[in-house]
Amino acid sequence: MKRISTSLAILLAGLGMAASAGAQQITGAGATFPAPVYAKWGEAAKAAIGIELNYQAIGSGGGQNQIFNRTVDFGASDAPVDAPKLVEQKLLQFPAVMGAVVPIVNIPGVEANQLKLTGELLADIYLGKITKWNDDKIVEMNRDLKLPNLAIAPAYRADGSGTTYVFTSYLSAVNADWKSKVGASTSVKWAAGTGAKGNDGVAATVKQVKGGIGYVENAYATQNKLATTQLRNKAGSFVTPTIAAFKAAAENADWSADPNFAVSLIDTQGATSWPIVSATFILLPTDPKDPARSALVRKFFDWSYKNGSDIAAGLEYVPLPAGVQDAVRAKWSSLYKG
Amino acid sequence: MSSTTASVTKVRTASAGISGDVIFAAAAKAAGIFVLVLLGAIIVSLLIGGMPAFIAFGPGFLTNADWDPVQQIFGGAVPIYGTLLTSVLALAMAVPLAFGIAFWLTELAPVWLRRPVGTAIELLAAVPSIIYGMWGFFMIVPFMSEYFQPIVIDWLGDIPLIGGLFQGPPFGTGVFTASLLLAVMIIPFVAATMRDVFMTVPAVFKESAYGLGCTTWEVMRAIVLPYTRVSVVGGIMLGLGRALGETMAVTFVIGNTNRIATSLFGPGNTIASLVALEFPESPAGSLKLSALLALGFILFVISFIVLAVSRMLLKPRAN
Repeated sequence: MKRISTSLAILLAGLGMAASAGAQQITGAGATFPAPVYAKWGEAAKAAIGIELNYQAIGSGGGQNQIFNRTVDFGASDAPVDAPKLVEQKLLQFPAVMGAVVPIVNIPGVEANQLKLTGELLADIYLGKITKWNDDKIVEMNRDLKLPNLAIAPAYRADGSGTTYVFTSYLSAVNADWKSKVGASTSVKWAAGTGAKGNDGVAATVKQVKGGIGYVENAYATQNKLATTQLRNKAGSFVTPTIAAFKAAAENADWSADPNFAVSLIDTQGATSWPIVSATFILLPTDPKDPARSALVRKFFDWSYKNGSDIAAGLEYVPLPAGVQDAVRAKWSSLYKG
Repeated sequence: MSSTTASVTKVRTASAGISGDVIFAAAAKAAGIFVLVLLGAIIVSLLIGGMPAFIAFGPGFLTNADWDPVQQIFGGAVPIYGTLLTSVLALAMAVPLAFGIAFWLTELAPVWLRRPVGTAIELLAAVPSIIYGMWGFFMIVPFMSEYFQPIVIDWLGDIPLIGGLFQGPPFGTGVFTASLLLAVMIIPFVAATMRDVFMTVPAVFKESAYGLGCTTWEVMRAIVLPYTRVSVVGGIMLGLGRALGETMAVTFVIGNTNRIATSLFGPGNTIASLVALEFPESPAGSLKLSALLALGFILFVISFIVLAVSRMLLKPRAN
């Protein structure tokens, strides 16, 4: 008994110390896709401006639920929330950072970024229309490669995910058949292939199965040295997935098109643009219960915009263009006082 | 010790006993009722949560094989079918092996080996399912995809009628792999139960049979199995109960596809796995969340039936 009370006292003292030494806390919940960069930003911001971020990566749907119920200071979502819902729930939506989705393949004899694909071909593969790697439509685009007579084994995210939302948005944009039969969502009715859990599950499945193809976040592909492919963009040129190509896509988007920043970065114009790029969003109440905490959230993202670019780039995310950052700041000062 | 102190102590215990009895009885009763209330609350909340889906799709929810989050059409046929198929296949693989283990441990194994092997089996039952999942994904799946499935597809894939069961690309994952993994997971349960009930057979029965000149197998078939038949089935049902609700390990290896595969090597889905995967991206109040809760309710009912049957069968014999 005595030991218990002693340890309890120590624990309480510890908690008290943590609270007093701890910086001002803000809480957020939602998308898993940007979670690594939010974590790094949180660490850096705690040291620099004394704001400690407590972010729970529970998925975009969960993040929306949490901010609708106001159980966190901000929500985070990969898919933008539509305008009427934002008004109804009294939320401001702004982008935090961008990322890209890349196809990965496992074809014997084909190295990274050698294979050339188009969105139409990707959709046909995932629709189960193209089933062999030496299909005429693929060979036509890859005369320089020796493609084997091997079954294509498509892998997709079995768990609902923002990555799937971005990927299926792209397929819907470039393939009418896909748009009418499948559509875009965090999970869809797949016509072919096998599902795996998480980016790592998809990557492992593709690695294990000869003839495999999958899609993952770029950061994941780079860190694990997966064999990515080239894709044909809207301008008709084949691009390899590089940070420069992602940035080009962001710069070629018309950010002023939507007041809630729900701008599609999918298949944008520009000869060097990577076609599957997306922003991830923050949802902040316009009628905060605690204005001071809401101000801290804005201060945190303001700091991250200014100082977090290197951290984001180091993790293979794409920082927002400066013009967009300024637009977000302008929105803040028009909505909130002080 | 004097008689006065003894009587005082006695009185004190008696009085403490009366109020203590009352309090303890009430506490025990409350604990018992709490479990019932909790169980009821889970069923009711699942049912209420799943109501919108049941209303929207009616009885067709059980037979509709379409799961299309974009069109907001949710049918439970694929996960329900997958749950039942993988569990039954797993039993078909696990029961003969578990019987062999129990038979060997109770009748054939040297006495000094029975305890360590028995303990090892009980330890297998305690391995967390995520470990089985990882082992399945990194060891079994590549083995299936590289060696087992291509060979079987080559050998059996072209045979009429049954060939269709062994076709498709050799992903390594799929219904068959999931069943195999489930079989490994439930073997310890079934084997341990079988061993325990085999040991309840009175030695005099077996010795009489041996005395009449029966072989070990004849004793097993004519004495032990008939005597323990009901309990053995109960043990199998316990295994089935575990297989039905298994989530993580299955998620790793089943392929997570909402299509009914005609091939055993094709991917499928189970209720538990689908719920675990789709839950995080299901907004509150959506039809999808309701459909997932409805599936949870159905799984609850299936598991409840299986466990109730096993309870009934596992009841000790009257005589």
